Amino acid sequence: MSTAVAVKEVLGKQLAIDADGNLVNLTDWNEEIAKELAKEEGIDVLTGKHWQVINYMRKVFSETGDSPSIRKLTKESGVDTKELYALFPKGPAKKAARIAGLPKPKGCI
Amino acid sequence: MHQSEGYEPVKKVSIIISKGSLEGVYPGLIMANGARMEGIEANLFFTFFGMEAIIDKKMDHIKVATVGNPAMHMPTLLGSLPGMSAFATHMMSKEMEKLDIPPVREFIQMIHDAGCNLYACKASVDMFHLHKEDFCKEVDDVISVGQFYEVSAGANIIFT
Repeated sequence: MSTAVAVKEVLGKQLAIDADGNLVNLTDWNEEIAKELAKEEGIDVLTGKHWQVINYMRKVFSETGDSPSIRKLTKESGVDTKELYALFPKGPAKKAARIAGLPKPKGCI
Repeated sequence: MHQSEGYEPVKKVSIIISKGSLEGVYPGLIMANGARMEGIEANLFFTFFGMEAIIDKKMDHIKVATVGNPAMHMPTLLGSLPGMSAFATHMMSKEMEKLDIPPVREFIQMIHDAGCNLYACKASVDMFHLHKEDFCKEVDDVISVGQFYEVSAGANIIFT
């Protein structure tokens, strides 16, 4: 779990965030919060495909304690690389992790 | 990562891969993929033996050099034994798979799909008597060094 360095208000709730601006507590997250975090990333509407990636990321994180790499996403989430970059422009793994309320992926791939 | 005032993020990179061994090819591929993951614009340029990574018939057979590499801590005579390079490659590929680093062909496709352009060096292509058809389909074009500098406008250039 990452360390809280600040607090930010989302939908009237005070949420702890880490140095990357990602949520610190998994339990702070819900789908409404995700929609707000997505807007901050320039994604106005979360489609079914977005949710497929977000839910897959939360599942992997709960199993392994780390956000999945872009390769794992490509191979296992059911959404390919091209589409990942279209859904989450400028950094799918990083952005999807943020919207999913998870820390930034640690791996290099 | 703490971002101090006046922090200027890297916006664009051009990465040159010039070596054809496994340890020569991967650093550039990892950096190109990593750039795209961070939202950084990236171009990959393959020159000399680095082209092994994009030549369709060769890209699945890239090996670790077991001779002439002091960091392998292997006596030259031992490293030159038949099968030694294949064995070292097998061991390293296994470790990389654990870290989710894909084989060359899959990695090239991932990087291409991530929006990074891939180019082969015209001088090397002419020297080795190759043609555009010899390369995997992800290669966008064969370009001259002048064109390379044109596509690299505003980029940090990284030679590997």
